[in-house]
Amino acid sequence: MKRIQSLFEKRTDDSKIMSLFITAGYPDLQSTVDLVLGFEENGADIIELGMPFSDPLADGPTIQYANNVAIGNGITMSKIFEMVRQIRSKSEIPIVLMGYINPILRYGIGKFCLDAASSGADGLIIPDSPIEESSSLAEHAAGSGLDLIYLVAPNSTDERMNQVDRHSSGFVYCVSVTGVTGARSGEEVARSVEKFIGRVNNQVTKNPKLVGFGIRSHADAQKIASSVDGFIVGSALIDTIRSFYPKESWKQEVFSFVKELKYGNI
Amino acid sequence: MKYTAPTKQGYFGKFGGKFVPEILIPALNELESAYEETLTDPIFQSEYMDLLREYVGRPTKLTYANRLTGYYGKGKIYMKREDLCHTGAHKINNAIGQLLLARNMGKNRIIAETGAGQHGVATATACAKFGFDCVIYMGAEDMERQKLNVERMRLLGAEVRAVTSGSQTLKDATNEAIRDWVTNVENTFYIIGSVVGPHPYPMMTRNFHRVIGDETKKQIREAENRDPDYLIACVGGGSNAIGFFYPFIEDESVKMIGIEAAGLGADSGKTAATLTKGTPGVLHGSLSYLLHDSEGQVQLAHSISAGLDYPGIGPEHSFLHDSRRVNYYGVTDQQAMNAVKLVSDREGIIPAIETAHAFAYLETLMPLTQKEDIIIVNCSGRGDKDMKTISEWFSAH
Repeated sequence: MKRIQSLFEKRTDDSKIMSLFITAGYPDLQSTVDLVLGFEENGADIIELGMPFSDPLADGPTIQYANNVAIGNGITMSKIFEMVRQIRSKSEIPIVLMGYINPILRYGIGKFCLDAASSGADGLIIPDSPIEESSSLAEHAAGSGLDLIYLVAPNSTDERMNQVDRHSSGFVYCVSVTGVTGARSGEEVARSVEKFIGRVNNQVTKNPKLVGFGIRSHADAQKIASSVDGFIVGSALIDTIRSFYPKESWKQEVFSFVKELKYGNI
Repeated sequence: MKYTAPTKQGYFGKFGGKFVPEILIPALNELESAYEETLTDPIFQSEYMDLLREYVGRPTKLTYANRLTGYYGKGKIYMKREDLCHTGAHKINNAIGQLLLARNMGKNRIIAETGAGQHGVATATACAKFGFDCVIYMGAEDMERQKLNVERMRLLGAEVRAVTSGSQTLKDATNEAIRDWVTNVENTFYIIGSVVGPHPYPMMTRNFHRVIGDETKKQIREAENRDPDYLIACVGGGSNAIGFFYPFIEDESVKMIGIEAAGLGADSGKTAATLTKGTPGVLHGSLSYLLHDSEGQVQLAHSISAGLDYPGIGPEHSFLHDSRRVNYYGVTDQQAMNAVKLVSDREGIIPAIETAHAFAYLETLMPLTQKEDIIIVNCSGRGDKDMKTISEWFSAH
């Protein structure tokens, strides 16, 4: 069975699935694999591995920064696949590659899907390739056994949410607010998200739902994700790395942040 | 042959599309249907044409360049005088059109990106005229190169936000404008300044600029009783060129030439010659030729002209390039600056550095023309804004 599907199906308790986003090659090329394995140990259920792009127009300053650092570190698509292979040799955690369409087009859509799948990745999130533009990507992803995850936003119509659900596999990514990643506070999000999630729950019925954008703490997550399957954290995690790297204990600090995200202050 | 591009999905051949985050899909759908309504709305059309006439100053003249023609010793060179538009360049044709559309759609906040500042000034002008809030994103490096335009925008009541990410030029200003749009999509209209971006922008912006070519066709027939042999325009994103070319696309006897900024030379690594050196890729919402490396990371463009300093190009130009309907060539910084001087000396017109790229190609073209050929250069903007760059260049060279 596919790893993402089996994760949701095997879930026995009410605890929320936690998906963590980290930019491959940030803060350095050597740490990505260790970070991912440490995230899993500390409660992550899914890893979204960011494929850096020079012009990430759906991202706020934090992830833009991580993209720039990773590109400066010399990240390439083949290095990303190598990281996935290394993680996969030690872990069965579902890995979703997240990035923009241009580097994938440049690599070749067919070859990209084959190489991603054979290195051990499970799915793709490509925010600037909406359903309308994804027919080739969808075909190759399905052919390689990769889940293709689309997004819904607060301004999506009911009809659109339904369409996204039909085209997605793995899960549906619910963008909690209009805006770029990391731009708004958890409180701001919590106030506006309830109505949106209500609509999502009516329209998205085939796939599990994870909510992201603006979640910075365990408390945010509990509030915002209360009636969906789980939540996604990206910018807050990268901000945490940024504030501790390269102090000697930076990884431990980051891992305890991850643990607290998942389980709260214990 | 009948020319019908783009398709309903926004494709010019294989180029174009809507490569945007999901948040913008409803906004683009709304824009598309609002724009479509204006096409058959006589009130919108007459208000737009009135503004072009009474406020922008259209039709602009088609001026015979007698001393420039004399310099080359053959042919007949005309200039389509977009430099005479209010605010000093063609950009206002589109800014006014999109602003009227924004007003019809009930959006009260306008954002725009700008490179040379001409689109920013045109947008700020339209917003002042109609009383709209206006935020302009501009690369910090461009703000330095085009200080005068920054001051003009501020005087017109716009807020100019400096963009310090990436190359600090037009590409990054566009990224920031898109991020603003994604965040404030409910009340904000994004006036894109060129024939780039997701569908329907490339089509809509082209159509707001086609008045350039429509007037030219009428004027040259009045002056010469026939169509021209050559049209030449500079191409960054490509809005002045497409507006100039579009009404002539089906006239197969008219040869069309688009001039890209080659910077220090197309092979120097410091260039903005997208069609010459690029390959297809996605930037800012559409698939088109793009300067990017083997990993698909977008490369920094270089041109002395802020308005052409862009690693992408409008998707329709990519289509016209591949279909060979338009031929595209590069002109270097040096060649463009020589043309600034030549046109100033010979015609009493100081062209924008962008525009000078089109004039510079006459050096190559004129020796190949016939004695009776009619050549029209789109004089897309005036060079007042460039005086700092121009004087620095000539004191160093």
